[in-house]
Amino acid sequence: MSNLLTSTFLAALISGGILAGMPLLLAGLGEMVSERAGVLNIGLEGMMLMGGYAGFVVALYSHSHWLGLFGGLLAGLVASTVMVIFCVRLGLDQIVVGIALLVTAEGITSVLQRAQFGTTYPRLDSMAALKIPVLSGIPALGESLFNQPLVVYVGLALVAVAHWVLRSTSMGLHLRAAGEKPQALDAAGVSVTATRSVALLVTGSLGGLGGAYMSIVGAGIFVPFMTHGAGFIGIVIAMLSRGRAVWVLIGAFLFGMSVSLSTALQLVGVNVPQDVVNMLPFVAVLVALVIFAREAYLPAALGSPYVRGSR
Amino acid sequence: MVEMTRPVAGRSGATRDLSAPVVEIRGICKAFPGVVANDDVSLAVFGGEVHCLLGENGAGKSTLMNILSGMYQPDAGSIMVDGQEVRIGSPRDALDLGIGTVYQHTTLIPVFTVLENLLLGQGRGLSMDQKGALAGLKKVAADLGVDVDPHVQAGRLALGQQQQVEIIKALWGGSRVLILDEPTSMLTPQGIVELERVLLQLKERGLAIIFITHKLHEALDVGDRVTVLRQGRVVGTLEPDTVHATPRPELQERIVGMMFGEEAAALAGVAEVRGQVTGRRARREISPEAVLELRGVSVEPQRGEVGIHDVSLIVRRGEILGVAGVDGNGQRELAEAIAGQRAIHRGDILLGGTSIRHASISARQRQGLRYVTDDRLGEGTVSSLSVAVNLVLKRIGDGPFWRRGLVREDAINECALGLVEGFDIKTPSVQTRCGTLSGGNIQKLLLARELSFEPKIVVYNKPTHGLDVKTTHVVRDRIRELAEKEYVSALLISTDLEELLDLCDRIAVLFRGRLTGVVENRVGAEWEVGRLMVGGESR
Repeated sequence: MSNLLTSTFLAALISGGILAGMPLLLAGLGEMVSERAGVLNIGLEGMMLMGGYAGFVVALYSHSHWLGLFGGLLAGLVASTVMVIFCVRLGLDQIVVGIALLVTAEGITSVLQRAQFGTTYPRLDSMAALKIPVLSGIPALGESLFNQPLVVYVGLALVAVAHWVLRSTSMGLHLRAAGEKPQALDAAGVSVTATRSVALLVTGSLGGLGGAYMSIVGAGIFVPFMTHGAGFIGIVIAMLSRGRAVWVLIGAFLFGMSVSLSTALQLVGVNVPQDVVNMLPFVAVLVALVIFAREAYLPAALGSPYVRGSR
Repeated sequence: MVEMTRPVAGRSGATRDLSAPVVEIRGICKAFPGVVANDDVSLAVFGGEVHCLLGENGAGKSTLMNILSGMYQPDAGSIMVDGQEVRIGSPRDALDLGIGTVYQHTTLIPVFTVLENLLLGQGRGLSMDQKGALAGLKKVAADLGVDVDPHVQAGRLALGQQQQVEIIKALWGGSRVLILDEPTSMLTPQGIVELERVLLQLKERGLAIIFITHKLHEALDVGDRVTVLRQGRVVGTLEPDTVHATPRPELQERIVGMMFGEEAAALAGVAEVRGQVTGRRARREISPEAVLELRGVSVEPQRGEVGIHDVSLIVRRGEILGVAGVDGNGQRELAEAIAGQRAIHRGDILLGGTSIRHASISARQRQGLRYVTDDRLGEGTVSSLSVAVNLVLKRIGDGPFWRRGLVREDAINECALGLVEGFDIKTPSVQTRCGTLSGGNIQKLLLARELSFEPKIVVYNKPTHGLDVKTTHVVRDRIRELAEKEYVSALLISTDLEELLDLCDRIAVLFRGRLTGVVENRVGAEWEVGRLMVGGESR
């Protein structure tokens, strides 16, 4: 056990954490945005699957990882318009529509995958990493933290952007108001429908991007149901973050590292049974919920549709 | 920003004629399923004037206001602003026309700072002019003579201050018309005086103010012009000349006539009017015997609540003890702790001298402790069950309604018929689903259930909240009679100070979960209670 803190272990833990954490970060960030605007997007996992599949296909045929990621983003965006129409415009129940979206996405992506590829699983080349000079030379940490595909840095930048938009712009203020007290926003002359729609489109895009990251950068293949609960973990992270982007980042990487922990342990010669490995992220969710559930802050109007003048 | 230098300035900047109405509505009709809320309503609002819209609950005042503020669309009729016909399709349109509204239910977001609340709707996209807003707030606040910290969370402000922020918000962007919907319902007497001062300032600047209220004396205190609505129709308007020249008692009589129609004479006892017509209720002797005693009771707050802390009080036999306080200061926690619906973590509750701290809800119920909840639809009744079953809801499993686990419909129906008659519940039959009854009848049903089977003490939580005048009258009389004739004590929790002054022997005041004092109900009690309601020390 003495070699637990060696550079091999740390490098494996961190780079694995980033690999598994990025999709959670992107999806969790998106979910956080829509929750702040008052829309609980239970269909996040579905949006990720759509993004994962579409992104993979685009990347496979265009031979461009970037086009693939963009395609995944678009697919998530399209998926979220379903929620925009049913939940925001028509005021239907967000949970019912979210579950419908999830089930539909699971079905569509597996059928399409099967129809297109049968039982073969074509593989993409891995995405080129961007080595940041100097920083990547830091012993132990440098190689894993600063030698990542560009999209990882984009994801990190998005955290800062989300933080700034929510905190210091009119759009962010309106978004938060839509989640706290939509009637107040309406009375102030700002459309609740438009505000919540924008938030949902952002969620869909980020969820789709997260799914595409999973299939294109993470795995290099697309397998039906490959998100494997990541969307729901994203929802948990968003709720525990209390609406703060930085906490989404921290949460996503903690969960990511819980996934990579077993690999890292194996690398240093500690063997962990596969079942325990598969269990870890969900145990982590349970532990996090038990410890932090009281800390979760949900916007006051989360989950309730807004219809002007309803009584 | 509010136009401060020119008293009456239109958007064009040209000074307008004071004798022409700023806003005029003609023949407005608005129907909701089953109700006609506004029926051919016309009125004119002038600059430099407070126009009171008076009427009882359900007379259509708020609907009219919501039409002016763009929340509702009228079915028919037209709205003119500065003599030009306009369509107010959304709150944005209303704001652009210079119509600002202070809604009855606050539209401040409690977790936002005052400044953030004021910034809502001010910018678009990525811009946010915090500095400009800060300067603007300072100026408007100074002009109104109020003092607000822009960086404090709105939810932490006292309700009177929240309302001042609401007014500032409504004036933001140069409103010329200010609508206030029941602005005094959450205020202490001191807060009302402050509000009247602010209104006077605004009036002098030439603003047109629409003041909606169901309280007659308020309309007379602040109104220059009074329009009375009844059942969605305008039944009369008193012009400023009349309002200012007629002696108050005569004016009062005329308005009562308009508000309640021909049967007004019979309504001299209507609660709203009684306080002004006949004075406070007569004092009476109360036996010293304690029925309910709370000793240092504390309840842990749940999310968004204040809990209660170290509350001690005694309710004597036949006494009506009021609990005043602004909503959300621990009223529900107190009521539920006494009823047994919530665990107390410190202190003790005694019923007739014995501790009931560990007694279950139903045991307390059987011992004569009753609780009339303020949540009539949620926890009070099961809307999908019949009136009859709802009337025996708290006796499920007990004889004679149940025997060996089997329900005895005959016994239930017989009992229900008696109660429906005794409490004058208007229902097609006892088998009717409870949810189809009106709010007033559901409250009567609750009273019938709680006040039958030998009550000793009843905890009423906001018993007349949201009821029409007549049912309010019936409920208050029932509470009073029960106390005076059958010596059933009452702990009357209410946010309506007038109700407490009307009914209670003593009034206790809750503030942030603590009892700040108990006041004997005599002349001038409202000022003392008002002071305690905002946390003042007891004298």
